Amino acid sequence: MKDWIREIESPAERKWEEFYRNRFQHDKRVRTTHGVNCTGSCSWEVFVKDGVVTWELQATDYPSLEAGLPPYEPRGCQRGISFSWYLYSPIRVKYPYAKGALLDLWREAKKQHPDPVAAWEAIQSDPHKRKRYQKARGKGGFRRASWDEVLELIAAAVVSTVKRYGPDRVIGFSPIPAMSQISYAAGSRFLSLLGGVPLSFYDWYCDLPNASPEIWGEQTDVHESADWYNARFIAVMGSNLNMTRTPDTHFISEVRHAGAKLTVFSPDFSQVSKYADWWIPIHPGQDGAFWMAVNHVLLKEYYAEREVPYFLDYLKRYTDAPFLIEIRDGRPGRYLRANRLSEYAEEENGDFKLLLWDEEKGPRMPGGTIGFRWQKEKGKWNLKLEDPRTGEPLNPRLSLLGVEDEVLLVEFDDFASDQKLKRGVPVKYVVTKEGEKVAVATVFDLLMAQFGVGRGLPGDYPRDYGDELPYTPAWQEKWTGIHRDTLLKYARSWAENGLKTKGKNLIIIGAGINHWYHNNLMYRAGIVALMLTGSVGVNGGGLAHYVGQEKLANQASWGPIAFATDWGYPPRQQNTPSFHYVHSDQWRYERGFSAYDKTAAGLTDHTIDHQVRAVRKGWLPFFPQFNKSPLEVVKEAEARGAKTEAEIVQYVVEALKRGELRFAVEDPDAPENWPRVWFIWRGNAIGTSAKGHEYFLKHYLGTHTNTVAEEKAEGQVREVVYRKPAPEGKLDLVVDLNFRMDTSALYSDIVLPAATWYEKDDINTTDMHTFINPLQAAVPPAWESKPDWDIFKAIAKKVSELARVHLPTPVKDLVMIPLQHDTPDELAQAEDRDWKKGEVEPIPGKTMPKFRVVERDYTKLYEKMVTLGPGVEKVGVGMHGLTIPVEDFYKELAERQPRLFQGEKRPSLEEARQVAEAILFLDPVSNGELAYRAFLDEEKKTGVRLTDLAEGNRHVRISFKDLVAQPRRQLTTPTWSAIINQGRAYSPYTLNVERLIPWRTLTGRQHFYLDHPNYLAWGEHLPTYKPRPDVLMLQETKKSAFEAQGKLLNYITPHGKWSIHSTYSENHRMMTLSRGGYPVWLNDKDAAELGIKDNDWVELFNDNGVFVQRAIVSARIPRGTVFVYHATERTVGIPKSPLRGKRAGMNNSITRARLKPVLMSGGYGQFTYAFNYWGPVGVNRDTWVFVRKLERPPEW
Amino acid sequence: MKVRAHMSMLFHLDKCIGCHTCSIACKNLWTDRKGAEYMWWNNVETRPGAGYPTGWEDQERFKGGWRYQDGHLDLRLHSRTQGLARLFFNPALPSLDDYYEPYTFRYNDLFISPEGEDQPTAIPISMITGEPMTPGAGPNWDDDLGGSPLYAANDPNLKGLDPEVQAQLSEIEGVVFQYLPRICNHCLNPACVAACPTGAIYKRAEDGVVLVNENKCKAWRMCVAACPYKKVYYNWATGKSEKCILCFPRLETGQAPACAHSCVGRIRYMGVLLYDADRIPEAAMVPDDRLVESQLGIILDPFDPEVIAAAKAEGIDEGWIKAAQNSPIYKFVKVWGLAFPLHPEYRTLAMMFYVPPLSPVVSTLEKALRASQGREGLVRLDLPETDLDFEVYESLEKARMPVKYLANLFTAGNESLIVPALKKMLAVRILKRQESLEGGVTEKAQ
Repeated sequence: MKDWIREIESPAERKWEEFYRNRFQHDKRVRTTHGVNCTGSCSWEVFVKDGVVTWELQATDYPSLEAGLPPYEPRGCQRGISFSWYLYSPIRVKYPYAKGALLDLWREAKKQHPDPVAAWEAIQSDPHKRKRYQKARGKGGFRRASWDEVLELIAAAVVSTVKRYGPDRVIGFSPIPAMSQISYAAGSRFLSLLGGVPLSFYDWYCDLPNASPEIWGEQTDVHESADWYNARFIAVMGSNLNMTRTPDTHFISEVRHAGAKLTVFSPDFSQVSKYADWWIPIHPGQDGAFWMAVNHVLLKEYYAEREVPYFLDYLKRYTDAPFLIEIRDGRPGRYLRANRLSEYAEEENGDFKLLLWDEEKGPRMPGGTIGFRWQKEKGKWNLKLEDPRTGEPLNPRLSLLGVEDEVLLVEFDDFASDQKLKRGVPVKYVVTKEGEKVAVATVFDLLMAQFGVGRGLPGDYPRDYGDELPYTPAWQEKWTGIHRDTLLKYARSWAENGLKTKGKNLIIIGAGINHWYHNNLMYRAGIVALMLTGSVGVNGGGLAHYVGQEKLANQASWGPIAFATDWGYPPRQQNTPSFHYVHSDQWRYERGFSAYDKTAAGLTDHTIDHQVRAVRKGWLPFFPQFNKSPLEVVKEAEARGAKTEAEIVQYVVEALKRGELRFAVEDPDAPENWPRVWFIWRGNAIGTSAKGHEYFLKHYLGTHTNTVAEEKAEGQVREVVYRKPAPEGKLDLVVDLNFRMDTSALYSDIVLPAATWYEKDDINTTDMHTFINPLQAAVPPAWESKPDWDIFKAIAKKVSELARVHLPTPVKDLVMIPLQHDTPDELAQAEDRDWKKGEVEPIPGKTMPKFRVVERDYTKLYEKMVTLGPGVEKVGVGMHGLTIPVEDFYKELAERQPRLFQGEKRPSLEEARQVAEAILFLDPVSNGELAYRAFLDEEKKTGVRLTDLAEGNRHVRISFKDLVAQPRRQLTTPTWSAIINQGRAYSPYTLNVERLIPWRTLTGRQHFYLDHPNYLAWGEHLPTYKPRPDVLMLQETKKSAFEAQGKLLNYITPHGKWSIHSTYSENHRMMTLSRGGYPVWLNDKDAAELGIKDNDWVELFNDNGVFVQRAIVSARIPRGTVFVYHATERTVGIPKSPLRGKRAGMNNSITRARLKPVLMSGGYGQFTYAFNYWGPVGVNRDTWVFVRKLERPPEW
Repeated sequence: MKVRAHMSMLFHLDKCIGCHTCSIACKNLWTDRKGAEYMWWNNVETRPGAGYPTGWEDQERFKGGWRYQDGHLDLRLHSRTQGLARLFFNPALPSLDDYYEPYTFRYNDLFISPEGEDQPTAIPISMITGEPMTPGAGPNWDDDLGGSPLYAANDPNLKGLDPEVQAQLSEIEGVVFQYLPRICNHCLNPACVAACPTGAIYKRAEDGVVLVNENKCKAWRMCVAACPYKKVYYNWATGKSEKCILCFPRLETGQAPACAHSCVGRIRYMGVLLYDADRIPEAAMVPDDRLVESQLGIILDPFDPEVIAAAKAEGIDEGWIKAAQNSPIYKFVKVWGLAFPLHPEYRTLAMMFYVPPLSPVVSTLEKALRASQGREGLVRLDLPETDLDFEVYESLEKARMPVKYLANLFTAGNESLIVPALKKMLAVRILKRQESLEGGVTEKAQ
């Protein structure tokens, strides 16, 4: 050995090595996770030394899944591993803070009015005082305050609002409960007991894929990432796995090595593209066009030109393809209802039992449709292909071609060219009980026609693949930019894989698709390709949508706790897209959807008109409900003699009908209809969650704003009052709970110091895996911080205290809710009729919203909050329409963690850990006996045997202590849709496919066709293509076009590498490993044209707002686009905008919410409302901005 | 034969997701200290790119590693005598500009700013001077092809590539990148050890970990210059050099190094290699294109009874021998020929190994009759007429990442080693695919 290679063994010489050993020493490791909205749910070990958190590393003790699947660990990413920085960082909120301007007014008012409620009202009744502190919002001037002082102020504002305007003017926003279920429930339980309004998040974040409820009646249900390993052909679209699914991505590289083909659709050479076999650089937002053409090829080559038994059988059993559609006025219309025929005229729910065409017997009624779900006789709601009356097998025809009575020329919409196409469709005639002859076609034949597969039929069918009629490979070229040869090769590879593997075709899809205006259509196009290859409900196949939902596995038991239904039903739950569109006045800045969405019926009303109608028909919720307090409304009713709930409701219906009582949504800018007090926790509601952020600043907060947009809705609206000028500063008080000073905190009136994820107990679940993870306090909450559960308890206590003076006796609150999914409300509206127009009588729960009277005793609010109420004991827990009795377990829990409520022993929820135990003990995913009972209930409904799936696990009880010891796997239950026994990976709808449980849709099957009258009017009854909204139609660059020279680019905001939404973005580690800011990514040639070099300062601007950061110039970005990785803060490193003269904004400063009215449809089948389940979504991709270079460095 | 055991790490680049979790795990454990702000014992680079410190592979400038000339192996930095003369002037030493000026933000201003006319913001400041600054460099500045015309386009490993291929790397037809995680290579022939005037750097005999003795280091910083990988850093607060310690306090307690433990892409493998320390100089003294082969030549077969006997004679514990037999690194490197050291031409005999990555198929831009939106033509994947599912198997030149580029990184330009490695990976994929689709391997695939 050469002397220069110094080799040392001598311990004496190596004594110094202790330096590093000492640094590594620690006192303990504590298992916890991050309550962040990334869907990761990674088990971590936090290292603690001398009572201080030093660092974290991943836990690596996940139980294994079935043999052959790679293990999950280590789960955790660059963001998670940098969390410890926050605990002791200078951006940590350590004490309660209040805006100085408000605090001064408050202290002064308190001197004059010792009663806190009176003090608050003194400030509110003086417009100058109100304006004074509203204008100070976001401008600094925070002051440390004591917990006692801020709690009193908050409680005073809440009590005052309840008294003066009604509890539905108190709102709260917190996203994605699954990531820290108890912390979410803290606020939502408080609000629900108050009668306040939790706001939804999944739809607002535009993470809800509407296509999922459209097709499956399901909010979202997806594969755990281990199941990717079962796929053999993977299409990744709009999902940058490395960025967003960091701890799961290894399954992708591993399954590639196991023989899967990976194809990635992305306009940029994204991080996941590097893994692909085929990178398909599709134009932004045009994935739908590609899949439409894939479907054309599939239908032509694998259905028209040959018969694939697996595909045909799949379509017949599991989709609506064989169901019959009436052809009306030359267009496809509604499903043929059973009660249209005399044979089935007497069927219960005959409007909701649908027919197919049996080979031998013609039109027949199968079981499993929604009418069977809600009828009195149970046991016929299943997917058996048999006649539910006789049990005889059914043999449905997919196509009527060859047995048709006639070929009709039917009208189809081509939205891309604004033409109607007439295409021949084979039909049969049926005679209705009234003797009318009606032409019917199968959904399958309509699909063939829609996709342009002629089969020799007459009409505007394309001649061949080269014909540019919809939806050929040649047609898609002009939209996607992808050559037809590539498309053909793709479609055939897709089909062959599906055929050979029996459906192991997987689409991994995400925000890159779901954030476009027509996301539902883009998703449907892809899902059609999955259904056509029999891929849904198969391990390794189907649609894996990963945007934000973070499955709350223990939903069944968590729901009653989070929304306090253990103490009374119903809670108020608001769909946030509608809420912000209306209340933040963004509707005033547009001419409505018809400027950029095309409908078959040529509808032109403003979006807000549809919004108002959706509320009054019971399709969507809206709060505040009325132009009066809901407490006052009951008092009025009682004053007029109403005694029972029914009489109170009757009074309200009459008052609404006469127009004496108005929905608040009809006049949202009237002061009595404003939201007043806003709680924000676990989220960034004013910051990165605020689409149209600058309008929030203007109309909610009444402070500075960078918007220059002009109002455009005046004269365009029919259903709302247009008040001038628009109000600014609607909110009286904004309270933020936070561990870091983020944008929402900075703009709030009061900031409360929240415990971090290493300082509290909680539960965390996800859809990415099937384990339940705990959050645990590794150290006590630092400084004056408290866990969210304790903060809301403290607020509740103070509210109860003030209520003893101000609301001393129980009050009655009239709660308005829309027609609900998974209830018989799904059968409410076979027809779409408007009672306001006199088309039908206003009947609550049928033609209009439902009303319930809820009694509230505000003096007991705290006691109820910390006690699990009798509702759970009596009613049980449940979801998806299942009811699971838990009385015995409730009693057992009351013994284990007792608390006396009015002399009765009930389970205590005082400590977060007790809440966790209650959730785990009362939910079928963690209590095997309850899983068994859930299957028992499902057996009754479906008439198929299911309990065998739960037999082996009846003894399982997973407690919090178990979770602390090791991540524990959930059980198979019908509250979800997959069979996961024996370590089988979770793949959605395997329970439906293998056990014949229907989907919760009209037909009980997966839907190609949607016959809600709105869908027919919008031309979205069949999967279709609609062009992207044109920049000019969006009208948000009108004024800015004259402000400065710049280039107009499509503004894309994908999920980024250095943050989880806004969290971690300002973390020092992330800032160091990125560019120390929120860079603007530009294509190198676009940048050169604009004179922009790498790291130059650039300004992005449109009428909505402005954004100023440094540029990254890169060849991997497509021309014509500008990328800003999503969810920036405006707290850190944001200079002034040279154009607008004020502090520049954040990524949502340049967006504005645009709602798609067809998604407001309700009252019918899978289109009935559920919180975070259905409704319009907050799209933000279709935004354009001017980009320009700054000549000199900006000012701070 | 002088048998030594070595703890090595392998990076499967086909799996790397570029997340940098490894870098932060390392930073949190070891270099979250004053004077160590800019130290990234573990970093991840985007390739093509400039790396960290910027342009570290430019040995014309940084003079790292060894030079083999006229039968002699010399430090590129200086000879022994030159070394003494240059103790106080070392032009090859990277400066702050080659690293970056660490920055932070005045976060506290968000809490303490008095009410003003506009919103307060936390401005960026230097962690060294405390003065306001605009970040202009960082440890991962060209992440994901950021600033590609400046950084990726000037990657020295593009040398020797067809100009047309080089041009396509910045167009839609051919644009591509991969990640390159790097730690200290704990070399067999470490230049840092040889360059240290005080003899403060040594290789641990039991596991091969190269360490700077913090007590002996006299801050000459010759190691910083001599390391061709720029993996020794100078702590400006303590006046000592520091480097990756392969997490020996963890290794010693049976735990993987933090970077490997935290590797969420599951790309890192740890394992023991046995090598013949007597043959180190000769392994480093062959022409460039034979360097990989010669290095593999001194890595010993742990199943060979002679090797086992010699290892025992050197006091190598049976557990280590067993570990060497079970070593995934041994399989990747020696048995399968899938993994290579980084830049063998530096002749330090790096003991960390890399599996080169696969990449997507290239495309062509076909001028359409009518221009497609925003683009001058239609993208057509350049797929050969073949029944194989992984088409680039038959034409590796159609993979986006040029073989030549990978060869420049891992085999001193020798493409004939890279091609079979990539083909083997593709062949396994073809085999596995056929098994799951056809129930067996078709004749054609065989």
